Amino acid sequence: MSDPQITEDLIAAHGLKPDEYQRILGIIGREPSFTELGIFSAMWNEHCSYKSSKKWLRTLPTTGPQVICGPGENAGVVDIGDGQAVVFKMESHNHPSYIEPYQGAATGVGGILRDVFTMGARPIAAMNALSFGDLEHPKTRSLVSGVVSGVGGYGNCFGVPNVGGEVRFHPSYNGNCLVNAFAAGLADADAIFYSAASGVGMPVVYLGAKTGRDGVGGATMASAEFDDTIEEKRPTVQVGDPFTEKRLMEACLELMASGAVISIQDMGAAGLTCSAVEMGDKGDLGIRLDLDRVPCREPGMTAYEMMLSESQERMLMVLRPEKETEARAIFDKWDLDFAIVGETIPEDRFLIVHGGETKADLPLKALSGTAPEYDRPWVETPAAAPLGPVEEIDAIEGLKALIGSPNHARKSWVWEQYDHMVMGDTARAPGAGSGLVRVHGTDKTLAFTSDVSPRYVKANPYEGGKQAVAEAWRNLVATGAKPLAATDNLNFGNPEKPEIMGQLVGAIKGIGEACAALDFPIVSGNVSLYNETDGTGILPTPTIGGVGLIETAGRAIGTTPREGDVALVLGVTEGHLGQSALLWETARRAEGDAPRVDLAAEKAHGLFIRDNHATIRACTDLSDGGLALAAFEMAEGAGLGVEIGVTGTAALFGEDQGRYLIAADEESAALLEAAAGAAGLPLARVGRFGGDRVKLGDAEAPLAGLSDLYRTAFERALHLPDALAELAV
Amino acid sequence: MKAAVIVFPGSNCDRDMAVALRAAGAEVEMVWHKDAGLPRGVDLVAVPGGFSFGDYLRCGAIAAQSPVCRAVIDHVHKGGYALGVCNGFQVLTETGLLPGALMRNAGIRFVCRTVPLAVGTNDSAFTAGYARGQTLQIPVAHHDGNYFVDQATREMLEAEDRIAFTYGDEVNGSVGRIAGVLSENRRVLGMMPHPERAVDAGHGGTDGRAMLDGLVGALVAA
Amino acid sequence: MKARVQVMLKTGVLDPQGEAVRHALGALGFDGVEGVRQGKLIEIDLAGDDPEAAKRQVTEMCEKLLANTVIESYKIDLN
Repeated sequence: MSDPQITEDLIAAHGLKPDEYQRILGIIGREPSFTELGIFSAMWNEHCSYKSSKKWLRTLPTTGPQVICGPGENAGVVDIGDGQAVVFKMESHNHPSYIEPYQGAATGVGGILRDVFTMGARPIAAMNALSFGDLEHPKTRSLVSGVVSGVGGYGNCFGVPNVGGEVRFHPSYNGNCLVNAFAAGLADADAIFYSAASGVGMPVVYLGAKTGRDGVGGATMASAEFDDTIEEKRPTVQVGDPFTEKRLMEACLELMASGAVISIQDMGAAGLTCSAVEMGDKGDLGIRLDLDRVPCREPGMTAYEMMLSESQERMLMVLRPEKETEARAIFDKWDLDFAIVGETIPEDRFLIVHGGETKADLPLKALSGTAPEYDRPWVETPAAAPLGPVEEIDAIEGLKALIGSPNHARKSWVWEQYDHMVMGDTARAPGAGSGLVRVHGTDKTLAFTSDVSPRYVKANPYEGGKQAVAEAWRNLVATGAKPLAATDNLNFGNPEKPEIMGQLVGAIKGIGEACAALDFPIVSGNVSLYNETDGTGILPTPTIGGVGLIETAGRAIGTTPREGDVALVLGVTEGHLGQSALLWETARRAEGDAPRVDLAAEKAHGLFIRDNHATIRACTDLSDGGLALAAFEMAEGAGLGVEIGVTGTAALFGEDQGRYLIAADEESAALLEAAAGAAGLPLARVGRFGGDRVKLGDAEAPLAGLSDLYRTAFERALHLPDALAELAV
Repeated sequence: MKAAVIVFPGSNCDRDMAVALRAAGAEVEMVWHKDAGLPRGVDLVAVPGGFSFGDYLRCGAIAAQSPVCRAVIDHVHKGGYALGVCNGFQVLTETGLLPGALMRNAGIRFVCRTVPLAVGTNDSAFTAGYARGQTLQIPVAHHDGNYFVDQATREMLEAEDRIAFTYGDEVNGSVGRIAGVLSENRRVLGMMPHPERAVDAGHGGTDGRAMLDGLVGALVAA
Repeated sequence: MKARVQVMLKTGVLDPQGEAVRHALGALGFDGVEGVRQGKLIEIDLAGDDPEAAKRQVTEMCEKLLANTVIESYKIDLN
C-alpha cells in the first residue's frame, strides 16, 4: 500500500490552510511525504500550537515567588512550603465527549491525570466542570449520564478523590458540551520532572499501553478514496483504560525515584509526534525514531498512523542508559510495555524510520518553533444594553426557581458517582464551595475550586473574565485558604469570527487584570476553540481552576452555622440584577451588563476574611443567586432555618461582587464588626441562622419543603429513572 | 500485632488501610500480589479496596487467582484473621472464603456517600466494640456492592449470626440489605463499607475506629 | 480451535444491567420487550484439535475463573 498523493483536498482535510501549506514548502524546500504532512498538521493544529490564542495568552501573569513552573510544561508547579509542591492543570475534552460521552469524559480525566504524574506528582485531587445543553434537547440527558459515568469510571478506578466542579445547562451547549477536567498532584519541589531531553545518544523509551489506530483523524477518513480498506481504517473512539493508567503512574513514580529518568512527556493528542518534538525542542536536540520497535495493538499500522495515534495511557521518556535494566524491571513488575524506540541526536532533525524507509525527515525546531501564529481580527464586544425593568418577586418563589433548577439544585446525584474520599485525606467533600484535601502526613490542607459565569462573559468578556478569577479566589478565601495560583481552561467558539475572537481577547484581558491584582498567577491552562452549536458559538466559558493553601489545620473556616449564629455580609450590596441567575431561571432573561468587579475591594475583603478566620464560624462567597441563595445553602447544609432581614428582589438576589456571607456567634459578630469598622470595610448584620423556617424579607416557608426541592430537583429535572425506587415498588 | 495489607495492581485503598491499621496500633507490611507467601508472624490479612485488575472479567475474580491469595487461604485455614473491604470483600467471596457474590448495584450507578450501617452481631473480634443493633455512619464507595446469596445460604448466615452489618437504607439492592458477613469461624469479615475511611474526624467520621482498635487490641491479646 | 464461552447470570438472579436496558428500550418506543438479560461472550483461541480435551479444559477455566458459579451459569461452544 503506497501513501496517498499530496493534493489540495488532502491538505485541506488535514486542517491546513493553503498559506500554511506554502509555509511548509518554504521550511522543507520540497513536497512533504504523507507522514510529514500528518506531522505538520498535528503540530500546527490549534490544540498543539495555540496559534489563535498565543499572542494573548502571553499577556497573562504567570510568575510569582510561589511559582516553581508556569505554563509550557505538562502542568503548573507551585510551592506549598516544607519542600513540597502542588502540580495542577485543567484541560478540556469537549468534542470527544460529545461524540462518545463515556469514553470522551473518561479519557479527558485520564489525560489530565497523566499531565500531573508526568511531572513526578502523585494525583491527590480532581474536579470536573461540565456544561451541557438545554434539558429539553434530546441529546442532553444521555450526555449527562454518559459524561458523569465516564468521569467516575476513570477517576474512581484510578483512585483519585473528585472534590469539586460545576455542572451547568444552557441551550448554547446543545451541540457542543464542555468537559473540563482538573487534576492536582503532590510532589517534592526538588523532584519535578520536565520534558526537555538532554544528552546525545540517549535512549528514547516508549512506555505503557500499545499503540492502536485510536483517533487517527478525520483526515484519513477524508482521504478515503485513496484506499479501499476504509472500514478497517475508520477512526476509532479513544478508549480509556484506567487500570493501565494506574499501573503506569505507579511505574513512572517508581522509575523517577530510581533516578533513571532524564525527561518525560506523556502522549496525548497526536501522541508520538507531539511528545517527541516537545522533548527534542526543549532540549535543543534532534530525535530519531524507529517505528518498527513501537508496540502496536493492531497489525499493519503505517508510519502515518503510529505518528498520529491518540491511543491512551502512553509515555515517552529519555532514560539514563546505565539504568536500563533497573527501569525494565520496574515495568515488568507492573506488566507494562517498555521499548526503546529511538535516540536523541545532535542535529536539529526529526527522523522517522519504518520498515527500512525514511518516512519523515524534518527540521525539528521548525515543527514547534515556526508554527503559525495569528493575530486574528477581533472586535470589542459592544456594551450590553441596560437592564429593563424587573418586577419584584416573592422571595421564596424566587428561591424556589433557583433551587428547583438543575443549575442551582444540589448536585449530589453527580458527585455521589465520584469517589470523593479515596486516599483518606478529603477534608471537605463536594457540594460546599471549595473542596479541601489535606496534604498527607502534614498539618496543611489544599483548597480547590473551579468557577466561571458564562452569561457574564457573554455580556461583558472583560468583566466576566475578571469575575471568573475573582470568584475562584473568593471561594478559596472563604475556606481560610491563601489563594496560590490558577489554571485557565478557555472554551470559546470559532476564533475566525471577529466577534468570537473579541470575546477571547476581552476575557483574557480581564483574567490577566484580576490575576495580577490578586497575586493569583496562571500557571497552566488549555484553550478549546471552535465550540459551536449550529454555527453559533457557545457561551464563552473561561473556566478558572483555583488552588489555595491552608497553612495549618487551625486556619480552616467551616461551612456550617449553628443555631442562633448571626448572619453578616461583607461587601457592598447595590442590587445588580443584570445577567443574574434569578432573571435567567425565572424568566429566561439574559439581559443587562455583567456585575463589575472592584479588584481592590476584592483584595481587601479577602484579606479581612483570612485575618479574622478565628472569629468566623462559617463563610461562603456570594455569587449566582446572591444573598438569598447563599444564605439558604449555608443554612440547609447545617439543617437549620434562616431569617434574612433584607427586603427587595435586587438586594436579595443581586449578584454584586466582592461579597461574603459570614456566620458567627453573637460575641464573634461584635468582634468582626469592630474589626471591619476599624478597617473601614462594609460589614452588615443581615439576619440569623436557626429554627426550621427560611425567611427572606417578608416571605417565608418551612425549611423541610425547600430542602426536599433542593435535594431532588436535579434528578427530577433529568427525569432519570431511579432504579432503586423501582425495585422498592 | 502484625497486619499484612495485600496490594494488587489496581488496589487504591491500600495506603488508606495501612494508615488506619497503624493508627490502631498494628505493625503493617504491604504485600505484593505476586508474592507467594505472607510475611512471618502475620496475625491479620487486610484485603483493601480499589479496582484490582481493573475489575475486568468480574470484580475480584482475577485477584482471587493471584499467588498471594493461595497464601491468604492457607492463613485463614490455619485460623488466621482476614478483613476484606469493598474490593477486598469481592476478592474474598471470589476465593470462596466467604459465601455469596457482589453484583452490579441495583441502581446501576457508582455510589459514594456515608450510609447508616446497623451492627448485626457483636460476636466477633471485628464487631465486639459495638452494640448489637447500633447504627454507625460509614462511607461506601462502590459500583458492585449488590450482595447476593441464595435463600438457603442467607438463612444459614442468619441462623449462625454471621451477618455483621446491614444497610440502614437502600444502597445497592443487596439481599436483606446485607453489607458485611463473617466466615463460619468468625475470623474473616468481608464488608462493602469502608471502616478505614471512618477513623478520622477530619475525614469521614470516627465510627470505624471501634472496629480497627478492637480488632488490633484483640489480636495483641491473643 | 476456537471456544466461545457464554456467561449469563443464573435465572432468578436479578440482573440490574439487563433491567436498565429493558427500561431504555421501552423508553425508545420498542414495545413488547418482556425481559432483557445481559451476559458476557468470551472467545478463546486454543492450540490443539481434540474437542474432548478442549471442552474439559474450557470447563475448568469456567469453573476456576471465567464464571462465578454462585451467580452465573456458562455455556461452551467449540468450533
